[in-house]
Amino acid sequence: MVSVIFLQRELRLLARQKADWLNPILFFIIVLSLFPLGVGPEPNMLRIIAPGVIWIAALLSVLLASERLFKDDYRNGVIEQLVAGRQSLLAFVLAKTFANWLSTGLPLLLLSPVVALLLGLEQAALGAMALTLLLGTPLLSLLSVLGSALTMAADKGGILLALLILPLYIPLLIFASSAIEAASMGLGYQGQLAILLAMLLLALALVPMAVTSALRINVS
Amino acid sequence: MFKWLDPYAKSETLYHFCGKLLPYLMVTALTLLLLGNVWGLAFTPADYQQGDSYRIIHIHVPSAIMSMGAYAAMASAAFVALVWQIKVAHWAVLAIAPIGATYTAIALITGMAWGKPMWGAWWVWDARLTSELILLFLYLGVIALNGAFSDRQVGAKVSSLLALIGVINLPIIHFSVEWWNTLHQGASITKFARPSIDPSMLWPLLISILAFAVLLMALTCLRLRTAILVNEQHRPWVRKLVGGL
Repeated sequence: MVSVIFLQRELRLLARQKADWLNPILFFIIVLSLFPLGVGPEPNMLRIIAPGVIWIAALLSVLLASERLFKDDYRNGVIEQLVAGRQSLLAFVLAKTFANWLSTGLPLLLLSPVVALLLGLEQAALGAMALTLLLGTPLLSLLSVLGSALTMAADKGGILLALLILPLYIPLLIFASSAIEAASMGLGYQGQLAILLAMLLLALALVPMAVTSALRINVS
Repeated sequence: MFKWLDPYAKSETLYHFCGKLLPYLMVTALTLLLLGNVWGLAFTPADYQQGDSYRIIHIHVPSAIMSMGAYAAMASAAFVALVWQIKVAHWAVLAIAPIGATYTAIALITGMAWGKPMWGAWWVWDARLTSELILLFLYLGVIALNGAFSDRQVGAKVSSLLALIGVINLPIIHFSVEWWNTLHQGASITKFARPSIDPSMLWPLLISILAFAVLLMALTCLRLRTAILVNEQHRPWVRKLVGGL
């Protein structure tokens, strides 16, 4: 019940600060459109680099959105009140993560057909891309919530957040892009999807706990 | 056990304890390092396939094993620090991090130097290499995160938490050669039943591994002593020690 209230609050905040979630989406599209300009509009070339490019653009745009996740709540004392109060901190963290996924992961998922069009991906690869985004973006949200909780009170948060979180994104990047690659060559990619799901479940079980303790440390 | 360990949570006791251990550890580490490396690099027979270039394992393998050992030690210190709220354990985390980062860098660089003649490339994106690189980033992240806070205590706690989270990478590095078909060769000495390495090469290697482990302890003692002095500089016992500044 409490999480629903927290979620409503997060969504209301997002609705009032549209730049917070619209800019990362625009950033995603702009980064993607830079690649054909940079490496040349050759369709074969684009098809080869597409899986990696899509995922790198997704990682960077989620990273961009995560910097301010806890900053405002920390500055105006919301986190302090939550830690001091009796409400479950875990419910807050889960609501935060879900709202972050709704505002950054879900739009990427919805945009994936457009992206496939831009980079000339085939039907099979489009399905694989949508599935990896479906499993991968919640994981991205969990990790970025973790990173921004760790660096919440840091003086120079931005670059530091990238340094902490990008290495943790690497396994996801490897398996997600290899799934899309396998699909575009007509091979099966259930194995990669299973590993992505396993990573997501593991993170879902452990990351919220780590985030709550990071929040507690930062206000103590 | 806790009754016995408890005094060492006090910074002054720990400072003197480390000071007592340090000369023994240093001498042991240097002796073993000299013995293991000279034996391994100069007096072992050449490999039947790889010739003389295999000799780099006497530096590569110990530093790689101890880069993970250092991480395990750092994460244990982080766990102790966060669970029992012990200040010196936080300093231990920060004392180990640069040493571990250096070991990781040595492992990566010697691996690259070996990979060039053997695989024909300085670097391949293989699971073992990538996960070791992530380990280096984790060490650097712990160091950088600690420096980013104006409140030193919060910085120490947050970087301990990150050290603890990064433990997930250790099993990935260790099993990477079994889980994926990678270019990096599988384990040859940790199979205790029948090591796939000749005893004449195994012994100097084991001595070098031990040497790197003792060196890690020695350097940790050294850095921990410095950290204690810096953090406790306003305490009376430190002032007395450094001559009443």
